[in-house]
Amino acid sequence: MDYELTNLRALEAESMHIIREVAAEFERPVLLFSGGKDSVVMLHLAAKAFWPCKLPFPVMHVDTGHNFTEVIEFRDRAVDRAGARLVVASVQESIDLGRVVEETGPRASRNRLQTTTLLDAITDNRFNAVFGGARRDEEKARAKERVYSFRDEFGQWDPKNQRPELWSLYNGRHHQGEHIRVFPLSNWTELDIWQYIGEEEIELPSIYYAHRRRVFRRDGMLLAVSPFVTMMDDEDAFEMVVRYRTVGDASCTGAVESTAATVAEVIAEVAATRVTERGATRADDRTSEAAMEDRKREGYF
Amino acid sequence: MEMLRLATAGSVDDGKSTLIGRLLYDSKAIFEDQLESVERTSRDRGDEYTNLALLTDGLRAEREQGITIDVAYRYFATPARKFVIADTPGHVQYTRNMVTGASTADVALVLVDARKGILEQSRRHAFIASLLRIPHMVLCVNKMDLVDYDQDVFDAIRDEFRAFAAKLDIADMAVIPVSALEGDNVVNHSQNMPWYEGGSLLHHLEEVFIASDRNLRDPRFPVQYVLRPQSGSHRDYRGYAGTVAGGVLKPGDEVVVLPSGFESTIAGIDGPRGPVEETFAPMAVSITLTDDIDISRGDMICRPNNRPHVGQDIEAMVCWMSETDALVEGAKYAIKHTTRSVRALVKSVHYQLDINTLHRIDEANSLALNEIGRVSLRTTAPLFFDEYARNRDTGSFILIDEGTNRTVAAGMIMGPTQ
Repeated sequence: MDYELTNLRALEAESMHIIREVAAEFERPVLLFSGGKDSVVMLHLAAKAFWPCKLPFPVMHVDTGHNFTEVIEFRDRAVDRAGARLVVASVQESIDLGRVVEETGPRASRNRLQTTTLLDAITDNRFNAVFGGARRDEEKARAKERVYSFRDEFGQWDPKNQRPELWSLYNGRHHQGEHIRVFPLSNWTELDIWQYIGEEEIELPSIYYAHRRRVFRRDGMLLAVSPFVTMMDDEDAFEMVVRYRTVGDASCTGAVESTAATVAEVIAEVAATRVTERGATRADDRTSEAAMEDRKREGYF
Repeated sequence: MEMLRLATAGSVDDGKSTLIGRLLYDSKAIFEDQLESVERTSRDRGDEYTNLALLTDGLRAEREQGITIDVAYRYFATPARKFVIADTPGHVQYTRNMVTGASTADVALVLVDARKGILEQSRRHAFIASLLRIPHMVLCVNKMDLVDYDQDVFDAIRDEFRAFAAKLDIADMAVIPVSALEGDNVVNHSQNMPWYEGGSLLHHLEEVFIASDRNLRDPRFPVQYVLRPQSGSHRDYRGYAGTVAGGVLKPGDEVVVLPSGFESTIAGIDGPRGPVEETFAPMAVSITLTDDIDISRGDMICRPNNRPHVGQDIEAMVCWMSETDALVEGAKYAIKHTTRSVRALVKSVHYQLDINTLHRIDEANSLALNEIGRVSLRTTAPLFFDEYARNRDTGSFILIDEGTNRTVAAGMIMGPTQ
């Protein structure tokens, strides 16, 4: 035996260490789960971390109401299989309660509204540690965020005032009303995630693999035709073989043209791609250079 | 494929971000949309060339002011290895971030400007890398294009640095002449410096041997979490979950549990994919023992004939990280060491280390932001520790201010107080 760990095994060990540390030190953790590939991998790692026990914390979905049907079905199955309790925080409910105001117009999105729903759910459930599946390779503001990311009583992230994070000694201390966002997948890349999904034979929502779908072009992205998006006059729907690289709100997540129908084909595609996954598929990040930083400061994922 | 963690450091203008940008660009780890965004911003700022530094400077303030203000993590892979780069700023006030980035690194990359030679900051970075026990160091002499790729300039800097480094504890060091802007010796071997016979920076990073850097001699298993299902098909399972912090452990090994001193035998080890025949750092596993003994988080499983120090009086080097308060004798903090959290009293500050001259300042009895010094601590309960030089996991700790909850110090244990 050569006592070397492969990249994936080292990442897996690091993530399990982080997840166990949170369960040991926080009274009320919760794991955010969207049905997207990163949260699926995170749930998979959490199940490993506590085997043969059940997950010692619930799983929460921030539901914009603008979902891909396949993803919601998948969510319920996956949470059930993990033996976890599901909490659904609904953006529709936040709108109905008057906590947020729905955007209007053809470019309306519930992306930004999620922040209020998320923060309300954290407060209402008194969650003090919130696992998110964000990775540092996704986006340049995220590249600067700690594994344990402190949030004040307004849920705000202050990038210039982060706690130093040394070795694997995480500081989860906080006062009442504050919380810690925890990112166990910080050091994984998109390719790592896919290779791990392949090695571990993890099931994903079917929309990650090539399928035929009615789409239209907007801002260089392929958006799905759905009840949640209003097409503009100059936009035409057509059918195409596509897959999704990320899964978010159906109104702002774009598909990519792809025939990759298996994990192996997706890995080959990801390894050769020349565009980042958020650049290719997320209208929410295209607003400005600092779109993600600004939303994160407000308490976004 | 192995993962290598790289910590970079450099002065404000010596081109560190450009070097990383070049490494990512030439190894094709940069995506088209990222490059377009950088090209657009470079144009808007009036830069004459595509400013690769913008690839790593992610925050609004950094892009506006053209500086790096926090540790940024970057990822790229070649067929040989996956690389994680912790990119830390070089300003004098950011020693704190450098220590943060260096704490987990396998390789330290120190940059100097060929025109300016070794500056105080270069020395400081090399010293911090050695203090944090980064096993390998690479000195990149950058901007060789601006000194006409002159070998004499390079040789002089190399010799000066080696003389300085001899005073530090650096196990392995390489010195490479590069031009980050032009790409010389970053990924590809430079045609401009035929006198340099070594490999490019990337080649070195792909080849440097890191597997033997971890401690495989001293079995250490800090218990992180106790797994007791108490129902279902595994109702009698009692596993001690954690991350191996040193050595190799196998089923059948006799072990002792600290602090109780109870001895037992490892019955089984469960890894992420079921039972394993042996485990070593940094694997995350769950250990079952043949005896039912009381073990909880913060306990340490080790071998009866190879135990860590057990004690409440500890000598350590600390790097102080609080902007608001100084470390003073008599102050109390929360201390986190392995999976143990207790409180610590600063009994005395022995000296402050001048990180430019490496001289001890014996008169010092406090440490301000970014100062490093030697202290004696007394803890409320025993810790199970090794010298940091022997084991980075069982030899390190952090201090936390109990009022603000901020992490205020990084500590490296030198041994028990005599």
